[in-house]
Amino acid sequence: MTGSGILQGLAETAKNFVGSFTHPAENLATIEYPEQRQKLAENTRQFPFLVFDGTDPEAGLRCVACQICEKECPPQCIYIIKSKAKKPDFVGKPQFFPAVFDIDLSVCMSCQICVEVCPFDAIKMDQDFELATSDRFQGLLFHKDRLAKPNSHFQKIHPTEAGETDTRRAADLEKAQAAAAKAAAAAAASAKPVATPANSPEAKNPPPASPAAGTPPM
Amino acid sequence: MNTLDQLPETLKDHVVGVFPAGLQPWISALLAIGALCAIFPALFALTTVLERKILGRIQNRPGPNRVGPAGFLQFAADGIKSLTKEDIVPRNADRLLHFLAPLVVVIPPLLAFSVLPIGRNLVALDLPETGLLFFFAVGASVEVGVFMAGWSGGNKYSLLGAMRALAQLISYELPLILSALTVVMLTGSLSLVAMVEKQSAVQVAGLHAWNLFTPWGVVGFLIFLTAAAAEANRSPFDLPEAESEIIAGYFTEYSGFKFALFFLGEYLGLFAVCGLGITLFLGGWLPPFTWLNWIPSWLWFFGKLGALIFFFIWLRGTLPRLRMDQLMQFAWTFLLPLTLINAFVAGLWHFTADWNVLFRWALSAGLLAAAYVALSRPFARAFPRRTYRFAP
Ligand code: SF4
Ligand code: SF4
Repeated sequence: MTGSGILQGLAETAKNFVGSFTHPAENLATIEYPEQRQKLAENTRQFPFLVFDGTDPEAGLRCVACQICEKECPPQCIYIIKSKAKKPDFVGKPQFFPAVFDIDLSVCMSCQICVEVCPFDAIKMDQDFELATSDRFQGLLFHKDRLAKPNSHFQKIHPTEAGETDTRRAADLEKAQAAAAKAAAAAAASAKPVATPANSPEAKNPPPASPAAGTPPM
Repeated sequence: MNTLDQLPETLKDHVVGVFPAGLQPWISALLAIGALCAIFPALFALTTVLERKILGRIQNRPGPNRVGPAGFLQFAADGIKSLTKEDIVPRNADRLLHFLAPLVVVIPPLLAFSVLPIGRNLVALDLPETGLLFFFAVGASVEVGVFMAGWSGGNKYSLLGAMRALAQLISYELPLILSALTVVMLTGSLSLVAMVEKQSAVQVAGLHAWNLFTPWGVVGFLIFLTAAAAEANRSPFDLPEAESEIIAGYFTEYSGFKFALFFLGEYLGLFAVCGLGITLFLGGWLPPFTWLNWIPSWLWFFGKLGALIFFFIWLRGTLPRLRMDQLMQFAWTFLLPLTLINAFVAGLWHFTADWNVLFRWALSAGLLAAAYVALSRPFARAFPRRTYRFAP
């Protein structure tokens, strides 16, 4: 019958209209953003941040200023100046650290390549997307202090990946400590023979005995 | 009841009484003009918000709800926005026509409101001989404005839109006027006030004799609604602006406040033609039953107007836009013959007044139903029901 389609359509839209009042949960798809928020998926990624261990963002910073990420970043938005001095990393080995570490938010394309290439688990993707600012120069250039976030934050936003990273790093630390202990024992054992033959070959090449003797973390 | 019902009139008399006798007719006219120019544009502001809210809910989203309480100040934000925008006139535009077109589109609907009886004794301009004629004459001048707008822009899309608009407005003016004509036939007058009075006759159980309560009234009202949607450029007949095809049609080259004026004109046209439909078929300011008389008559008018506007918004949320050939075929091969048959049935109804009610109803309704089926057959064949491969 001509015209029945129109009536059917009107009934359908009326159902939507009335349903939006009686059953808003099923009939209104909108999430009213600033007040209501959707739970972000674990793999959500927005902009990199630097992970630090412990409570001090300077001392605990994992980044060793190897500058791999700086070279790999496709739009070249990372800027690093390596430090002159060294500081011990998580296993105690002296490492450089970034004196300056900047990322330009306006250039970063959130590709996550810096995260993929970092051998030190030092840079990860954050989920904070409310980064709009009225200052388009300084407000969009993120310095080290703003980039550094604690490991607990990493654990909160990417629990799976962070858990895995922490296990790996704990294993590395253990290995390093075991190696250090072994080296210390060896050093103690060889301390006697070293004393008698004054110019034995071992005395010239002593095994590394410092606590930093462990394998590098990766 | 009567004080509230006559409140606008008494208020006006009080104000007019302050002035010297020589000025009184002028003041009275000015007051009426001022009231019409305030109420209907205010209604326009409200409608734009409500329309977006209703359309939103039809499309499973809440619609504008940020500006002001529940989003109802959105129109103010939009108005300020369009006022502060740059008014661009294309270099090869016809400047005079380009300037005049928005005014020619806005003023006729405002004039048309003057003959609409909004309440008991509440009509700005009672033209006992020519009320309806005045309405249609004024309404037809919108077409001039539309073509001026399309022509003066010097843009092919606006010209296309203007040509579509002209073709559509002229085609649908016929069913509109002819369906109104049935009411004129039965009333025997062109005065809109007389038409409402005619419908105030009381039938069984205090039911007023609205023209809608007759077979020809139902069909006439449906035809009128269809033609009114086309006259007011409302979806599904919004081809003249058709954003997805020809940008904004005849007002493509307008920006800023002139653009807003076109919208105002369009909505005022919709209100005017809805008001006419109410007057012709829905008993004007009359309540359906005599025992509902305690509600002020102007409230009835605006209530019915609101219901019709809601219906048009609902229709807009439901139907897709027609194609130009479908539009034309619908007007000339379906709507127009049906209107003529309806006029015939209305005549029949008039001359069978002393027949048995049931038989009279059955005869008229049967004739109209047969006409509907017969007329829609070739139409349905030309546009068969589509089957979709991937959707039900
Ligand atoms: S996410 Fe991509 S673009 Fe952004 S800093 Fe890392 S490598 Fe560069
Ligand atoms: S973030 Fe990683 S890759 Fe980049 S400089 Fe620091 S340690 Fe190297």
